Amino acid sequence: MERHHFEAELQNLRNQLLTMGGLVEERVHRAVHALMHRKEEDAQRIIVTDKEVNDLQMDIDNRCLRLLATQTPLAVDLRLITSAMKINADLERIGDQAVNIAESVLVLIPHPPLKPLVDIPRMAAIAEKMIRDALDGFVRNDAALAREVLRRDDEVDALKDQIFRELLTYMMADPGTIQRALALILIGRNLERIADHATNIAEDVIFIAEAKDVRHHAESGGQKP
Amino acid sequence: MLMADHEMKTTAPDTGLRIRTEVKAQGVTAAPPRGGEPDIVCRNVNLSYGDNHVLHDITMDVDDRRVTALIGPSGCGKSTLLRCFNRMNDLIDDVRVWGEIKVKGLDINAPITDVIEVRRRVGMVFQKSNPFPKSIYENVVYGLRIAGINDKAILDEACERSLGGAALWDEVKDRLDESALALSGGQMQRVCIARAIAVEPEIILMDEPCSALDPIATLKIEELIFQLKEKYTIVIVTHNLQQAARVSDKTAFFWLGRLVEFGPTAEMFTAPKDKLTEDYITGRFG
Repeated sequence: MERHHFEAELQNLRNQLLTMGGLVEERVHRAVHALMHRKEEDAQRIIVTDKEVNDLQMDIDNRCLRLLATQTPLAVDLRLITSAMKINADLERIGDQAVNIAESVLVLIPHPPLKPLVDIPRMAAIAEKMIRDALDGFVRNDAALAREVLRRDDEVDALKDQIFRELLTYMMADPGTIQRALALILIGRNLERIADHATNIAEDVIFIAEAKDVRHHAESGGQKP
Repeated sequence: MLMADHEMKTTAPDTGLRIRTEVKAQGVTAAPPRGGEPDIVCRNVNLSYGDNHVLHDITMDVDDRRVTALIGPSGCGKSTLLRCFNRMNDLIDDVRVWGEIKVKGLDINAPITDVIEVRRRVGMVFQKSNPFPKSIYENVVYGLRIAGINDKAILDEACERSLGGAALWDEVKDRLDESALALSGGQMQRVCIARAIAVEPEIILMDEPCSALDPIATLKIEELIFQLKEKYTIVIVTHNLQQAARVSDKTAFFWLGRLVEFGPTAEMFTAPKDKLTEDYITGRFG
């Protein structure tokens, strides 16, 4: 017995999640681009169009619920659908972080640049690649690629700490920089959260592919402090 | 109670019928803890009908007072294996069984083993309910009567206890003299379960007990299975995978007469280890 209809539904679900992933990844990219090139209009547009992401999120959740209710999925199908709901939530949060970045950009634009930005674009590039690879891993059912994503999370964390330390020196030297420095620290924090969401997605990909729960550093033995 | 036991023993001295109330009367009420020795031990069980080799080297243990589900596509041998557990295959010509099956330590295929005793200890409920054309009461106490018990007090007690155990007492207590054939499908199936537990078996085999029932009656039987496993070891063959997932503690997947995978139900239905199991339970073949 082939389940053509069910297979098609699962493929639709995968495609919709990919659309969602592409959408939020692009928004992160545009938010950082708006920061680097001081584009107020671009930042505004990210904020007002967040609804697209939210609508897609609800649509995907509905689809998952319907499949759970009508198809009683088991084994890999069950793991796929329940994980899709979690991935969906992580993607939506990534979209929210793009909005947060855009809001900080609007705070920064009226003022002269505090410093040339080096670490933030690096961090953004890694975080975006993490989202992309997590989703590629999802499409190809590739746990090895997902594990690669997990490893890169530490790089992003280190960059965030570095940004914080550097901006702290600016704030101590001149309180007039505090507003701009804080906005940049927040952006660093937003990018770090985006990488965390990508990590969650990668963990779900491993769960779908191998039925192993690798959250909370279960694979390297125990919780990270 | 003691007197009743005494009478029972005198009326049925040679049937080997050992009613558990006898044990209770002596003050030993506590059942042994679960998870000790498995109730059914299969070692390299094979079965053939003539030249047709149907079961191949089945090795598995059935846990005490747990529900074990046997699943697999039609013709995979799951019902055949189930029937091995109380030697129902004896009724078919040209059957040969080899390998070892022990029920509570008893080698059930040994020449000296009393097959009546095996079937008393290992009760069975079939796909299609098969009440006898008799009253509800007589259906339930049938096993006791053929064991030679005719004491009305014992039979009454067994009838109420068994119907209660089958979650049917409240529905039929005022019409025990009516024909069992007048009941609904779900009620008839519960009469059959009551009849099976009236003789105090240790193990109950169920061969697709719900496949002829509507969803509500099915849920009632499933609820009953949860209650029954407090006292009995249950092995159930089902084509309804959701049912296996809902009621069983362990699941065994069979394919072409072989045991492909056997493990905790929760794992089998979320993360099966074998590709065949995965393909079967996700509906990609079978």
